[in-house]
Amino acid sequence: MENVTTAEQVSHAEHGHDEHHELSFLQSYVFSLDHKVIGIQYAITAMLFLLLGFTLMMIMRWQLAFPYTPIPVIGGLLGQNNAQFIAPEFYNSLGAMHGTIMVFLGVVPLAVGGFGNYVLPLQIGAPDMAFPRLNMASYWTFFCGGVVMFASFFVPGGAANSGWTSYAPLSVIATEGQTWWLVGMIFLITSSLLGSVNFIVTTLQLRAPGLSFMRLPFFVWAQLVTSFLLLLAFPPLEAAGVMQLMDRVADTSFFMPAGLVTGDGPLEISGGGSPLLWQHLFWFLAHPEVYVLILPAMGIVAEVLANNTRKPLWGYRVLVASVIFLGFMSFIVWAHHMFMTGMGTTMSSFFQTTTMIISVPSVVILSALLISLYGGSIRYPVPMLFALAFLPMFAIGGLTGLPLGLTAPDLHFHDTYYVIGHFHYVVAPGTIFALFAGIYYWYPKATGRVMSELLGKIHFWGSFIAIQFVFTPMFITGLAGMNRRLYDGGLEYAHLQEVVGWNATMSYGAWTLGFFQIFFIFNFFWSIRNGKKVDDNPWKATTLEWQAPSPPPHGNFTSPPEVHRGPYEYSVPGADKDFTMQGEADPAKA
Amino acid sequence: MQELLGLPVQASAHAAEIDQMIVILHWLMLALFVGWGIFFVYTLIRFRASANPKADYQGVKSHVSTYLEVAVALVEAVILVAFAIPAWTTRVNAFPPEDGATVVHLIAKQFAWHSVYAGPDGRFGRRDASLITPANEIGLDRSDPNGADDIYTINQLNLPVDTPVIVYLSSMDVIHSFAINSMRVKQDAIPGIETPVWFEPTMEGDFQINCSQLCGLGHYRMRGAVTVMNAGNFQNFLDEETARLAAD
Repeated sequence: MENVTTAEQVSHAEHGHDEHHELSFLQSYVFSLDHKVIGIQYAITAMLFLLLGFTLMMIMRWQLAFPYTPIPVIGGLLGQNNAQFIAPEFYNSLGAMHGTIMVFLGVVPLAVGGFGNYVLPLQIGAPDMAFPRLNMASYWTFFCGGVVMFASFFVPGGAANSGWTSYAPLSVIATEGQTWWLVGMIFLITSSLLGSVNFIVTTLQLRAPGLSFMRLPFFVWAQLVTSFLLLLAFPPLEAAGVMQLMDRVADTSFFMPAGLVTGDGPLEISGGGSPLLWQHLFWFLAHPEVYVLILPAMGIVAEVLANNTRKPLWGYRVLVASVIFLGFMSFIVWAHHMFMTGMGTTMSSFFQTTTMIISVPSVVILSALLISLYGGSIRYPVPMLFALAFLPMFAIGGLTGLPLGLTAPDLHFHDTYYVIGHFHYVVAPGTIFALFAGIYYWYPKATGRVMSELLGKIHFWGSFIAIQFVFTPMFITGLAGMNRRLYDGGLEYAHLQEVVGWNATMSYGAWTLGFFQIFFIFNFFWSIRNGKKVDDNPWKATTLEWQAPSPPPHGNFTSPPEVHRGPYEYSVPGADKDFTMQGEADPAKA
Repeated sequence: MQELLGLPVQASAHAAEIDQMIVILHWLMLALFVGWGIFFVYTLIRFRASANPKADYQGVKSHVSTYLEVAVALVEAVILVAFAIPAWTTRVNAFPPEDGATVVHLIAKQFAWHSVYAGPDGRFGRRDASLITPANEIGLDRSDPNGADDIYTINQLNLPVDTPVIVYLSSMDVIHSFAINSMRVKQDAIPGIETPVWFEPTMEGDFQINCSQLCGLGHYRMRGAVTVMNAGNFQNFLDEETARLAAD
């Protein structure tokens, strides 16, 4: 309990008193201890990285659509030796960095660092996070990781080019960029560890009076489970990252077997290591990481759905049980990423079975969210459109995981575009759409204004349609056997001649998708000053964050909130309005 | 469904079994997606705010969804136990005897596929990294009595039709992946580990090995030809190569 006292003292000392004296610009906006400022810092940085990661892909898609033809306008900047198109090693850098940036610098920091930081303390009625200084350290460690990753593009040989998975021995013998990648990853992992401890303690200790676990908004549950995943899955990768770094700079051989011979002759290494050890350590994180991406998204979708159907979530208890079960199971499915490494019957049967089992809670969650719609009085503001789109998109992403989770069909699909289509449906029109829903939904809380509805709808429909053209053809080319990570998009594959044309379709889809993000970026900044002013609870929602002023001051609430009921008391029979807030005193008892 | 999915030709004995599973799974996926989709679209229209101004606090009261979820889990269990696990066991455990099969050592090295056949003596010679030269990229030891007659090809894997093939797969540098899509064959080539793979080509013609694991800047062009021929032609290939080696 000592920690709690400390945390509260810090919160009160730093934040309660903040209202009475002026803080310098640096203290308020740069090295802030306020969870809301840190959340916004995380969100803005992450969105910039999302844009960067997406831009890398838009460049790659030119080479895939029109191999070896000059890239318009920027070709001279990107090509080497006077070529106007990108070189294979640069293509590999773009691919590796697209994955790394999207996952570790974009989606996770936005979903956990951004939304988690901003919304979670508000939803549990806390004045701040339990450890504000740790929170600031988490952001700045993340920021350093981002700087290292970004700088790596400019070192000799360019950024890391061994895939976001960085399989040894390729990564160990790769150019200098890989060393930067490893250092960057160590920063990012450390940042996540600092953040996750904070989320767990905050959720367990700083809940408002009356806010029992079964009264927590589903978003908080999702963040809590996510934090445990980060806390338990990241340390092995941090160790592995240091080991690979040592393999590169200190001539150890953790992942390097003896007897390797490259184009330059035999490698001077001690040998005795195992390339598969890296894969096990990597995927032991990277599979739970998938749920780190998806769980906060499910949390956001649940909040927005309940609010816009004007009824409670269907099967709240089942949802909570499923999300906890998913969290546990996600630790014992990792080797399904390694089915083609030469796995015997026993091990592959175990991992196929666990993979089939983990699909069940996913189906349960999706079903519960769908059933929640039934009987609602459904409104369709922009956040709801994005949240609704999440459901069928996540369904496609989840269902296409089935053939990949079984070894025999995986024989055909492993490392093809089918895999790319599968996980992008989960992450892009799935998670990222949910994150957009969250931005549109909580924007009025952070600014006191709503984003433009018209621009939002253009953004939604444009993105929703364009994104199908990016990812649906991946299933077609994947079924035909098109491999991923091909610099020429499979141009010279004998069995692909009928499907390579889809590459251009996907590229046009990606560029159109990029175009429609302009509406979002403009709307995001324009609405800060010009959006319609709204009251503290514009969506007529029930959870605690809507009880705080918009934007919430330091310490968040004008009076300490007290919780009297569950999170989604919409359309309660006999109530005078269609939402009853968690903090409203019970009229019967009053 | 098979044609709709656009899978490549089935050029090996086990390809049909793999494809059957892919087809069954896609039926299951389609059924779930269409079922969910109909429910989804119906609720969005039926329960829009203008048509249903007052939401129902209780919502769905039936337990149909529970039965559906149990059904999905059961179907998955059946596919797993009845199809997936046995199919995999055949791939990794039920190897044919070597004397009735074509045995090839396939060595991956940035960015080519090197194949070695044992030659008339049926024994593979040793390989040694110290013997590697630009002309002998995998370090074949021709002074080894077993290795003198070994037949060696680069990016050209010749195989007889309707005879099992056992490939002993290895890599000299980084992880590659040996894939012949038309034969539903895929196996990572991992340095330091020799992995056996078996399959039976059932269709004469030209196919392709495509490296399926990112192996460096030349990954996209790491292809090899696979030529499946009748037994007579395959014997001719072996005889010609043996004669050429003897002449050298």
